[in-house]
Amino acid sequence: MTGGVGDIAVMEEPHASLRGVVRRYGGAQPVHALGPVDLDLRRGEFFSVVGPSGCGKSTLLDVLSGLGRPTGGTVSFEGAELGGEVPDGVGVVFQEDASFPWLTVRDNVAFGLRRTGLDGRETARRVEHAIGFMGLGQFAAHYPAQLSGGMRQRVCIARTLVMQPRLILLDEPFGALDQQTRLLMGDELLRLWRETGATVLLITHALDEAAMLSDRVGVMSARPGRFIDLLETGWPRERDSRVVSDPAFGALTSRLWSSLRTESLKTMGRAA
Amino acid sequence: MSRSRTVILVRAAVLAGLVALLEVLCRVGIVDPMAVLPPSEMVGAMIDQLRSGELDESMVQTFSTIGLAFGVAVALGTLGGAVVHAVPRLRRAIDPLLASYYAVPTFIFYPLLVALLGLGKLPLVVLGVLSATPAVVISTLAGLDGVPPVLRKVARVQRLGRARTLWLVVLPAALPRLFGGFKLALSYALIGVIAGEFILSGSGLGYSISFAYQSFDSRAMYGAMLFVLLVAVGANTLLYVWEGRLARRRLRT
Amino acid sequence: MSEIALEPTLAAEPRSRRGIRALDLAIVTALLLALWQLVGRATGGIAITPPLGTLAYLADLVQTSLFWDHLGATLLAFAIAFAISAVGGLALGLLLGLRRFAGDVAEPILAGFYTVPKVTLYPVVLLVCGLGLSAKVAFGVMHGLVPVTLFTLGAIRTLPPVLVRTARAMRLDGWQTMSRVMVPACLPDIVNGLRISFSLSLLGVLIGEMFSSQRGLGFLLVSGLAQHNVPLTTSVVFVVVVGAVLANTLMLRLGRGTSGRE
Ligand SMILES: Nc1ncnc2c1ncn2[C@@H]1O[C@H](COP(=O)(O)OP(=O)(O)OP(=O)(O)O)[C@@H](O)[C@H]1O
Ligand SMILES: [Mg+2]
Repeated sequence: MTGGVGDIAVMEEPHASLRGVVRRYGGAQPVHALGPVDLDLRRGEFFSVVGPSGCGKSTLLDVLSGLGRPTGGTVSFEGAELGGEVPDGVGVVFQEDASFPWLTVRDNVAFGLRRTGLDGRETARRVEHAIGFMGLGQFAAHYPAQLSGGMRQRVCIARTLVMQPRLILLDEPFGALDQQTRLLMGDELLRLWRETGATVLLITHALDEAAMLSDRVGVMSARPGRFIDLLETGWPRERDSRVVSDPAFGALTSRLWSSLRTESLKTMGRAA
Repeated sequence: MSRSRTVILVRAAVLAGLVALLEVLCRVGIVDPMAVLPPSEMVGAMIDQLRSGELDESMVQTFSTIGLAFGVAVALGTLGGAVVHAVPRLRRAIDPLLASYYAVPTFIFYPLLVALLGLGKLPLVVLGVLSATPAVVISTLAGLDGVPPVLRKVARVQRLGRARTLWLVVLPAALPRLFGGFKLALSYALIGVIAGEFILSGSGLGYSISFAYQSFDSRAMYGAMLFVLLVAVGANTLLYVWEGRLARRRLRT
Repeated sequence: MSEIALEPTLAAEPRSRRGIRALDLAIVTALLLALWQLVGRATGGIAITPPLGTLAYLADLVQTSLFWDHLGATLLAFAIAFAISAVGGLALGLLLGLRRFAGDVAEPILAGFYTVPKVTLYPVVLLVCGLGLSAKVAFGVMHGLVPVTLFTLGAIRTLPPVLVRTARAMRLDGWQTMSRVMVPACLPDIVNGLRISFSLSLLGVLIGEMFSSQRGLGFLLVSGLAQHNVPLTTSVVFVVVVGAVLANTLMLRLGRGTSGRE
């Protein structure tokens, strides 16, 4: 399943890339959290990252978005190296609930646009579209506290969407959801990805989610996280959660699981 | 009828009952009516005093002093809190000071302030500021601590500058705690100023109460006293309700 | 208990930091002393006596029986007021905490009373109790009772219900549940409430002494002012501040001990 598509992609410039990226946290007990990591994200692809808990997935997102500087190595986006700031065109949805509790759903979603100098009518149109797209239409005037955890996460996704980012980074956005809702949200995410044409990097701990949504899946080792496996799913661009009944899906998940099992055992402090 | 309604009604009934009880005790003579005026007469005395305008000057004096002290405390406390928050070393150094601050009865500095600044409005303002500012500092620190780091990250992803991050993200996120500090600051300023006037001063509402006490004019004393208490309760209730409004939409319903 | 009090919070720090912390404390103390010295100097001693002068005066003062007389009067009134506040507040808090409805009815009334300038009520206290010890004690209790009550009430309310259920599962009776489970679980909050009551009872007693009294440190303070005896006022303020800070630090330690921190 690897190869083929990859051969064409090497010739085109990567949308974002990490070269020898290492991240250490200082403090009383220094932690080597990540790397060295090399990764090229192709323009328009759906890339998922799976890895054992605490292996440095959120740290990867931090350096890739420009929120955190790598301790070593370089990160570039659209050909330009990042320098400690988040570049224009990158949107991030965080693992934690990041909705603003003092704003309504509508104002949350409009938050970024209000400062771009876009005219009011266009702002309103985009906001309403994003709200509708995320299925929040009835809740536009609600405050986040009145919504469930999953709905709040959707507010954050909508807030990112309206900015029309070219690279969308999502850190376990469905972590708090039940399995059925996750599958449906996965479909939403695919629809969003197809409609916007953005490059998507999704961090998840659900192997089936990674196998079903992605063009490629990167498997990370236990801390310090490195990529130990990279596989192509070979799904068509038009796909949805029904691929789970495809025989290839079973093969993909079991391959993911076999590469991850050893690593997960390590994080639990046991030998393989 | 919902439970919270019942609670409010019962609370009102309890308060009314207490007032009625006092009224009866005074009228029957179990409580010496020379010492404690029956509530109905207190209200009458207050209305008379407000009508006659003899409290007008004191009111202007006292409220402007409290307002000034409160304003200064809020500005100074918020600013100071933000600075202290930004410098961890400073914060560690200041922390024991803040922890012990309200253990010291701030009030005992008042005689020193009077000796230093004379018997005017100034020592009262300083006393109010001294009592209220640390509350604002402490709540500012707590508020800034309580801003979830992920919200600051959102601000960076949205590429807001420092000032906008502060104004659009940090401040609203910290507001509930800040507000709690402002509320305390107001009552501390009020308590400080009125107590100062009461003990040692030549004007203001607190003074008019102690003056009435010393000249055995119990009608004037109870009238002014009731007025001060009502104003204090009113101001606090107002802030309480306002805070509730602010908080309600943030809380799960 | 953000309704009535604020608590500066600091994360626990590693031992290596202790040294730096002691240094910081020394610097802060030195700065405060310098400020004191500066104000004393700048005003030419008409309002505040500088630190050394104060200490010298204080050294003489503590050899007079007069000082001990006044200190004793304050301490006596304070001890009674604090004892009543502590015991009464604890009982009231437990009661209101256990009877939810009564607690809901009473809490805003108590919190409201806390934020009101109680000094305006002092004349009433004087008229009812007469001049003397009982008025000071009553006024101290008026200040000190509410914080313990509110803190105890709050602690019981936020007690995880599973603790009480556990007690029931272990077949403890009502008294055992109270003394073995509820009070220990609420102890950190109760100690905190006691600490605040401690300083407020003291405040109440001192204010009482400053207004219409013939004895106590509060009286000494005001009479020092009236006689333009600057070293006396400064000394009394110094004694009160040092005493209050020491007691508070002690109780903070105690509170941290009970909550299992450090
Ligand atoms: N700010 C920080 N300071 C120190 N250590 C940190 C910091 N952030 C993360 N770490 C450590 O770095 C490691 C990687 O953390 P990270 O959050 O990237 O893991 P993760 O893969 O996202 O975990 P999870 O699946 O639980 O979200 C962890 O061991 C964590 O304890
Ligand atoms: Mg993570």
